[in-house]
Amino acid sequence: MTPLLDVRDLHVTYRSGSGEVPAVRGVDLSLDPGASLGLAGESGSGKSTAALALLRLLPAGTRTRGRVLLEGEDVLTMRWGRLRAVRWAGAAIVFQGAMHALNPVRRVGDQIAEPLLVHRTVPARRAPARVAELLEQVGLPASRARDHPHQLSGGQRQRVMIAMALACEPRLVVADEATTALDVMIQAQILDLLRRLVAERGIGMLMISHDLGVLADTCDRLAVMYAGRIVEEGPARKVVDEPAHPYAAALGAAFPRVGDPASRLAPRGLPGDPPDPAAPPPGCVFRPRCPVAETMCATVDPPLLPVEPRESGGPPRRAACVHAGPARPTTGEGVR
Amino acid sequence: MSTGTAVPSRRSPARRRRREALLRLARDYARHRAGMAGLAALLGTVVLALAAPLLVEPGELTVTGAPGSPYEPPGRAFPLGTDNFGRSVLDLVVWGSRVSLAVGFLATAVSVVLGTLVGVAAGHFGASGGRGGRVLSAALMRVTDWFLVLPTLVLAVALAAVLPRGTATVVLAIGLTVWPATARLVRAQTLAVESRPYVERARALGGGHLHVMLHHVLPGVAPVVLAQTTLLVATSIIAESTLAFLGVGDPTTVSWGGILEAARTAGAISSGIWWYMIPPGLAIAAVALSFTLCGRALEAVLEARPREPR
Repeated sequence: MTPLLDVRDLHVTYRSGSGEVPAVRGVDLSLDPGASLGLAGESGSGKSTAALALLRLLPAGTRTRGRVLLEGEDVLTMRWGRLRAVRWAGAAIVFQGAMHALNPVRRVGDQIAEPLLVHRTVPARRAPARVAELLEQVGLPASRARDHPHQLSGGQRQRVMIAMALACEPRLVVADEATTALDVMIQAQILDLLRRLVAERGIGMLMISHDLGVLADTCDRLAVMYAGRIVEEGPARKVVDEPAHPYAAALGAAFPRVGDPASRLAPRGLPGDPPDPAAPPPGCVFRPRCPVAETMCATVDPPLLPVEPRESGGPPRRAACVHAGPARPTTGEGVR
Repeated sequence: MSTGTAVPSRRSPARRRRREALLRLARDYARHRAGMAGLAALLGTVVLALAAPLLVEPGELTVTGAPGSPYEPPGRAFPLGTDNFGRSVLDLVVWGSRVSLAVGFLATAVSVVLGTLVGVAAGHFGASGGRGGRVLSAALMRVTDWFLVLPTLVLAVALAAVLPRGTATVVLAIGLTVWPATARLVRAQTLAVESRPYVERARALGGGHLHVMLHHVLPGVAPVVLAQTTLLVATSIIAESTLAFLGVGDPTTVSWGGILEAARTAGAISSGIWWYMIPPGLAIAAVALSFTLCGRALEAVLEARPREPR
């Protein structure tokens, strides 16, 4: 089966006044229809940049290299007309901060109808019926279509964004911090809704968040990004419960677990800041903040390699750390 | 989530909310006393201009059909006296409001449409049009700057002199000279709207340039355009009067600037015929002032929407 989404060696470089800033430095991702992949990492790790690069939504002047195959078609080399057709009809995005991604002066029904009319999915006169249908799918009464965004709560607005994402029945949905600004109850409802939609429609979902717990609950597989690179990738539960990379471990430990008194008594954050993407440190980029760094880490830039010998039929799991897995190379490959 | 609230009818709540929003806007506007005074004066002028055919006999405005004798001072028959042909100055001023207002509104429409088109296009393509878009945007803005640094009056006079005489020429001459300020303003506002996440969202869902500009940018810049429009009407009326006064207007119609010009050529200043000069001059000033007052009040109300009243 060809994967729904196949990202190969994706590089994204922003051009700023002071020079070039590599935000994504060689990311590989693969997603099958009906599966869900979580992309975790702290602010500035390049996860949103990678997501926007999937649909070439980055600002003009940004350089993107690599391949982004959406159902076998490379998005990065597409012609403009084809790209516009693929946007939303092939892959839709649920944006972070639904309050800002909705135009405050237009009715939500008209905004949900936008992709329908842009892509001529349904004739204009049938659009209101389709909007009502979409609203009901995300658990909102159809009468809400006549409201303006400020008349809805945060959770309702996020539902509107999801309804909008589903409008053209895309094969891939990218949820970029879709639940970040919501309180936990609403967050659980939205996650439940997303999970159900993935299961029922065989949509592939790429979910981006800094919250490992959310991703572990929602996604099948999980990739952890640090400084523009994937440092660990594997089945979601495994990555959270037995992280192989010290950064994945620190990210997981940064969230206290409800009902686990031990986690309250042992607050574990991560000291320091992520490296300046314009001038990453030599060797392993995580070394300056790594609790288990050795001298070799200053020179060796570890590639993403399998952590353990694959059990029969077990899903692969990879990490980029000299400590992960038994069979590690002692010399690095340098920057890929 | 409170989604199960019983809604008696689909339309009525939305319509009520819209009415309430309009009422709130009206209440905010009513707090500006200068704005209300301007609005009252404006409505009075518009009613007067519309009712002019009932109040004035057009035949009495011709040189041959003049009802009085030349230079009668203000009195019972002619409240504002008569001009050098014996025409009632009051009648002339009332009739002149028609041309002055019409030209003011039409010229404003021309310049607002032109300025909004150029401003939105320059702002939009500059922000999200790639390399070609930035070139187009820069080219549009340089053209705007060129019009901006040209002396408005000289350009208008030149245009009015080159084009065939008539009211349409005056409208075009004024419209073509006052649009650059609108274009700059609209472009600035467009750039602000373009940076909003919902514009990125519109691009992500496959919306093209036209879609983004029509559905997202235009509603966003509309309040600024509205306030700018009211301010421009004042400018246009003054420009019309100036052109008429300089003799490049339409000589066959009566307008305020035209009356002033006639008074000057008739030597009203040196012979002390004050009632020939002052009424049209005051009318120009009053209408320009009331439009400016309305525009400022509207600007304050629209700009201050989310803020507390000052």
